Amino acid sequence: MIEQWFPNVDWGKMWEATLQTLYMTSISVVITFILGLLLGLLLFLTSKGQLWENKAVYGITAVIVNVFRSIPFIILIVLLIPFTKAIIGTIIGENAALPALIIGAAPFYARMVEIALREIDKGVIEAARAMGASTSTIIRKVLIPESLPALVSGLTVTAIALVSYTAMAGVIGAGGLGNLAFLDGFQRSRNDVTLMATIVILIIVFIIQFIGDTFTRKLDKR
Amino acid sequence: MILIEQAKKIFQTKNGPVTAVDDIDLSILEGEIFGMIGYSGAGKSTLIRMLNGLETPTEGSVTVAGRTVSEIKGVELRKARQEIGMIFQHFNLLWSRTVRDNIAFPLEIAGVSKAERDKRVNELIELVGLDGRGDSYPAQLSGGQKQRVGIARALANNPKVLLCDEATSALDPQTTDSILELLVDINERLGLTIVLITHEMHVIRKICHRVAVMEAGKIVEMGPVLDVFRRPEQPITKRFVQQVTEPEESKETIRHLVEAHPEGKIVKLTFVGVSAEQPVITDIIRRFEVAVNILQGKISQTQNGAYGTLFVHVTGNASEVDKAVAFLDAQQVDSEVITYD
Repeated sequence: MIEQWFPNVDWGKMWEATLQTLYMTSISVVITFILGLLLGLLLFLTSKGQLWENKAVYGITAVIVNVFRSIPFIILIVLLIPFTKAIIGTIIGENAALPALIIGAAPFYARMVEIALREIDKGVIEAARAMGASTSTIIRKVLIPESLPALVSGLTVTAIALVSYTAMAGVIGAGGLGNLAFLDGFQRSRNDVTLMATIVILIIVFIIQFIGDTFTRKLDKR
Repeated sequence: MILIEQAKKIFQTKNGPVTAVDDIDLSILEGEIFGMIGYSGAGKSTLIRMLNGLETPTEGSVTVAGRTVSEIKGVELRKARQEIGMIFQHFNLLWSRTVRDNIAFPLEIAGVSKAERDKRVNELIELVGLDGRGDSYPAQLSGGQKQRVGIARALANNPKVLLCDEATSALDPQTTDSILELLVDINERLGLTIVLITHEMHVIRKICHRVAVMEAGKIVEMGPVLDVFRRPEQPITKRFVQQVTEPEESKETIRHLVEAHPEGKIVKLTFVGVSAEQPVITDIIRRFEVAVNILQGKISQTQNGAYGTLFVHVTGNASEVDKAVAFLDAQQVDSEVITYD
């Protein structure tokens, strides 16, 4: 039955492409989370009225974040080709997609982290200061735990964006489901392959959304 | 315990500099419950935050428990803060932590071991009357219970001073009273110095030993609570005292009665401390040919004794009424004849 509807789909290739997409997504999600969290914390802490208030650092970080967030992803990949070649050694394959994925997604996530941190009641931070907490204690024990549901839901949105970024990266040679859909499906006019790749991507997105929502709900004790 | 010398705080705002605290000198004794009252913007919030270094004075110095809080920084300031507990109007609990973990937070900051934290948390939960709620999250608690967690948290590191920033302003009157009782209990049991700021005279009356009235960054009046209640000097102090002694509706009732009974006199009697127990009313009825009608009365307890006002309507022969009023004047009771105004 499935063979009938999807006559041209090579299931071995489809599975391999799925694994490649999952690989690119998971590595980039992890690194984006770390970088985005650091950048977001920097944005938050250096903003007006916060612990490290510093106009210059905030201004520079905000400009960098905004610039990289504004460049369309497909153009970012092309712009980053020399950079990718320098650090990965090639511009083909899953690893070659990682720098662009991370540089594209981390600033996006950093803004979400900043927004999540802003939602924290200022009084709670003041209470921690009044107890004699150092800034690093405040970051570890107040800022991150108190904003965790928002950090996780932001990460869910970012992870889903990253799945679609991997598909775009696939088109220019990074492998994965996007690559399969474009080369095997679109260019050879095999619509069933494109459709199947799309279905698999949708399933991945739904699973990410489900996991993210579950965690967000569990973490939120408000 | 606390010494504030010529403290001044100037905030730079878009509309120019604003002096929030203006040349304040103040000393607070060990074991005292000291209240600061003022309307919002009077500078009391800034002043209380100087005591734990959340605000630094622009000029002057602040010494708490032997440490010059206004000078120290970094590790030393954080150590000093561990000896100064603080509770807040909106409780400021971490919603992500249970009651136990909220109370344990300052202990974690102070580097207390896990076993000792657990022990201390149990003691504190009992002290503030939250037995059985240890594993609840703040969202599952009522306002009064949240403030109890706040108090337990503030006491965790055995502080020498407890700062209360409008600690009961978000609570209903009944809960306010139970929290105030808890504060008095802690003050008596642990000998803790308590500094509180509020805009409710009720809070001052109920638990404070001394009070400072703040207006526009200055302390305009200060003294033992009973003295301030008895002889408020500044108009603002009078207004605060009236909050407790003469609610709006009683003023209206009295005005109405003055109009309804043009004969006789309406007298306001103020009892302070011991005289609250004197049978002055019985005395004037026995001694003079007058009838006394009690219109309104209220006796309030303060930390240094009772304080009360009584409105009476004295009628009879005009000369007898005058004698009765003169007699009242001679007693240890402040009396004042109310007239149309």
